[in-house]
Amino acid sequence: MMRHLATLLLCLTLFGLPAFAQNGPLRIEITEGVIEPLPYAVPNFVPESGAAGEYGANIARVIADDLTGTGLFREVPASAYISQISDFAAPVQYADWKAINAQALVTGAVNVSGNTLTVKFRVYDVFSGAELGSGLQLAGTVDGWRRIAHKVADTVYSRITGEGGYFDSRVVFVSETGPKDDRKKRLAIMDYDGANVQYLTGSEAIVLAPRFSPNGDRVLYTSYETGFPRIYVLDVGNVQRRVLQQQDGTMSFAPRFAPNGQTVVYSLTQGGNTDIYTLDIASGSGARLTDAPSIETAPSYSPDGSQIVFESDRSGSQQLYVMPASGGEARRISFGQGRYGTPVWSPRGDLVAFTKQNNGRFHIGVMRLDGSEERLLTASFLDEGPTWAPNGRVLMFTRETQGAGGRASLYSVDISGRNLKPVRTPEGASDPSWSPLQN
Amino acid sequence: MNFLTKAVILTAGLALAACTNPNRFDNTGGNALNGAGSNAAGSVSDPTSVAYFQQAVGDRVLFAVDQSTISPDYIQVLNGQATWLTTNADYVAVIEGHADEQGTREYNLALGARRANAVREYLISRGVAENRLKVVSYGKERPIEVCSDEACYTKNRRAVTVLSSGLTG
Repeated sequence: MMRHLATLLLCLTLFGLPAFAQNGPLRIEITEGVIEPLPYAVPNFVPESGAAGEYGANIARVIADDLTGTGLFREVPASAYISQISDFAAPVQYADWKAINAQALVTGAVNVSGNTLTVKFRVYDVFSGAELGSGLQLAGTVDGWRRIAHKVADTVYSRITGEGGYFDSRVVFVSETGPKDDRKKRLAIMDYDGANVQYLTGSEAIVLAPRFSPNGDRVLYTSYETGFPRIYVLDVGNVQRRVLQQQDGTMSFAPRFAPNGQTVVYSLTQGGNTDIYTLDIASGSGARLTDAPSIETAPSYSPDGSQIVFESDRSGSQQLYVMPASGGEARRISFGQGRYGTPVWSPRGDLVAFTKQNNGRFHIGVMRLDGSEERLLTASFLDEGPTWAPNGRVLMFTRETQGAGGRASLYSVDISGRNLKPVRTPEGASDPSWSPLQN
Repeated sequence: MNFLTKAVILTAGLALAACTNPNRFDNTGGNALNGAGSNAAGSVSDPTSVAYFQQAVGDRVLFAVDQSTISPDYIQVLNGQATWLTTNADYVAVIEGHADEQGTREYNLALGARRANAVREYLISRGVAENRLKVVSYGKERPIEVCSDEACYTKNRRAVTVLSSGLTG
């Protein structure tokens, strides 16, 4: 478990001269307008040792999948290349890449020595005829080669968009098998692109809605293993779990970490009434944040930890509210038609993602914290439970199909509503939670 | 075309429901207490049996969309449950609340809890001791009918009184 995280020692080494601070034409501004994907080329990285063999090609493929997968980039296929990159140190023939309209070029080299894999890479702004940023070197274990590729892609993405990347990240989710009336659920974790799936629990008891800790080391989730829903915390590294909250005669669910990684906010149901509470993991002390006969659930902290967005049906239907992290007066932020649930504060702090139900359809949407600029990004029979990519640009969510053969799977969409696509999982899948960028 | 497709799905759903229903009523809910403490259903002709409670008394109450108030249609069922529980005092029960699939996961958990609690409160008002009645909600996690139409949803929006031997309870 997490073997490559534990042993991957990434050293970022500057080995090139800093490029001129030029912000030439090679820049994607991620805006709401329709954009033309930026054409780029990523030739197979050059193997510089015998053992580097297929890694050069494999790493280039993962980088291309990451970049093209954003919808912001378009790969110029290798069949169009005029010149080949066979020597990482040799000068780039800009004219050859210009001729095939590759505006960005990523070159690299791979060395494998024992269990260590080292990658060097450079990013070029072809039309300016200059390197974009400086060359970097990354090293890790051979097993962790996909992570190194994701880190390269994150760097390329950041240099061209000016935004943080999100490729070197993981997703914890519920893996589902079996028919609708006998569904088996177990927790699983994978890379953001669906690679390296590992199972974290068995499927003896229902498990729901895992949520990563702020640094990705732990996962909160709800399990019925005692017969009643209880909140558990699981250490991702050693897969040890323990129950966090169990008060006889109650149910607890919908947990999320505060940004401090110590406090958990969750829902507790007692006497049929559901309210929001907090719990300090270390001390076990808690507080009650809401006290109303209505349903208060699905709490999510602001990135600075000062506020909580949640859903409540106190007005008569599910709507979104924001309250101070210590409880107290809440203000309603959703006012459109239909019902709003599962709010999640964006890591940038500027938006809330939510599930909306209206006229028998489900949507994933985003709005500002004052409820303005509501934008519905998806529509289907059943979309729910968005989770933010670490850079706040992309959402992943559950989509369930209709009817007796209904099946849940994961999708992602960017916050402008573009680039809706399925996320590959080995079985049915639901309730994704996106990790932060890994270190 | 759309109508036809929907009709086919609906028919398939009903056919499946017809097949699975008898099995459903033969077990004790199969969820919370199917381990130690649960009893064989027994014979429906034995008024002290779990089978009698499930089939003759009626073990479940159905709810309207997004509602947790008990319809007058089910008062008789619940009165029967209260009488049965009072007579068969060595049983305890977990009341399982459920929702249909039209709703978000967390909300449906809370809604199912409201439904289960409404049944519990009613049974207590009819004289069943509080400490014999627990509640749990499965939200939309445990549908018994699988189609995506009201014909199935109406059966999934339920609170089921699941019995087990109270000797350890």
